[in-house]
Amino acid sequence: MFQMDEESAKIRIVKRIAREFMEMSAEKNLFVNLGVGTPTMVADYVKSDNVFLQAENGMLGVGPAAEPGKEDPLLINAGRVKVTETSGCAYFDSATSFGMIRGGHIDATVIGAFEVDQEGNVANWIIPNGKQLGVGGAMDLVAGAKKVYIAMPHTNKKGQPKLVEKCALPITGYGEVDVVVTEYALFRFKEGKMVLEEIAPEITLDELKEVTAAEFVVSENLGVLAE
Amino acid sequence: MENPITSKKLKTIEEAMSLIKSGDRILVSGFGNSGDPKQLVAALSKQPIKDLTIISNDLGSPGIGLGALLTAGMVKKLIGNYYNWNPEVAEAFNAGKIDVELVPQGSFAEGIRAAGVGVAAFYTPTAAGTELSKGKDEREFNGRKYILQEAIKADVALISAAKSDTLGNLVYHKTARNFNPLMAMAAELVIAEVGEIVPAGTFDPECIATPHIFVDVLVRRG
Repeated sequence: MFQMDEESAKIRIVKRIAREFMEMSAEKNLFVNLGVGTPTMVADYVKSDNVFLQAENGMLGVGPAAEPGKEDPLLINAGRVKVTETSGCAYFDSATSFGMIRGGHIDATVIGAFEVDQEGNVANWIIPNGKQLGVGGAMDLVAGAKKVYIAMPHTNKKGQPKLVEKCALPITGYGEVDVVVTEYALFRFKEGKMVLEEIAPEITLDELKEVTAAEFVVSENLGVLAE
Repeated sequence: MENPITSKKLKTIEEAMSLIKSGDRILVSGFGNSGDPKQLVAALSKQPIKDLTIISNDLGSPGIGLGALLTAGMVKKLIGNYYNWNPEVAEAFNAGKIDVELVPQGSFAEGIRAAGVGVAAFYTPTAAGTELSKGKDEREFNGRKYILQEAIKADVALISAAKSDTLGNLVYHKTARNFNPLMAMAAELVIAEVGEIVPAGTFDPECIATPHIFVDVLVRRG
């Protein structure tokens, strides 16, 4: 089966989500919170004046990473990256920031995940007894954002499906996932079902099923996963 | 050099530290390396006290920032949400050396705010049904599950601001604001580390993020 290198896979995934945000923001402002890691890369491909990035540590209107030598150590995003201001940006305390998230004012969030299951449950915060202990804002984001996008590789490092029948790891939020984009496919959750809407041009439907443990239905208008 | 402006609330860092006791619950502001009271935390890590409950977003890095308190064995319990930047936390927790209560970041922020504004507890859908809802009351509103999050208050808050005026009104710098205004409301004793003290009346009243009623002690950043 066709394998994509990690970097190309990430770029395909974030470009696809960026395109969706540009479409969503064509006629109205779109407020987006991007998770740490791959999701942050979405910002690099969104070309729109109507998309405003929110960082949960207290900023609306987050700009690109600061150039070396021009950093302000106190101006960071939620991934501790030193960032810049955009025109009209605003600062606020953490309760106001999570008020934006929990109060349903953020249109979309993009996060990574360990597992997503066929009921739209997501596990992305902890591997029990592991070396990391933390939840951050993940549970607030999946519960509060209007749309939850998952950006993740289709399989884990052992080659096992990350789209599963039922999450084995601790859940971040139940039934909260709206869209999953991997290097192989785009799925949307509609009326309790996981629907395959786009498939990568390099693979067949049978090949996709082999690496997907979750049950899904195929859209009548199945398209090609294009950036 | 002219004499620096003083304030009735101004204390030395040693005087401020003498107000903190073993067993205290301490709110400490900051997110990553922004907005944390670095000098207060460094001084605290050298005090001969223990059994502290530290309530903070994260715990710095191993041996650095709040991490120094854990390394020094002063911590009994942590209440917070993101310890991924300091793997010593998971190690100490897995070894049974400390207790850790994880609260989702938004529930954590709102819990502190609640403590500061006289709200005992509130219902939120965040974490409903998950491992972090264990032991918390669950109720349904409009067909959705919510869990009861109690307010998070403390004996002491250690916070950081860019500037104070002589009354103790505080202003912040960019994303260094984060938990500071919330923690300033949620403790019996609030100690603020500030970069500069200016005469009252200097700040545009519209720009004061923490009114001085919430601030007890000022320590000038050295």
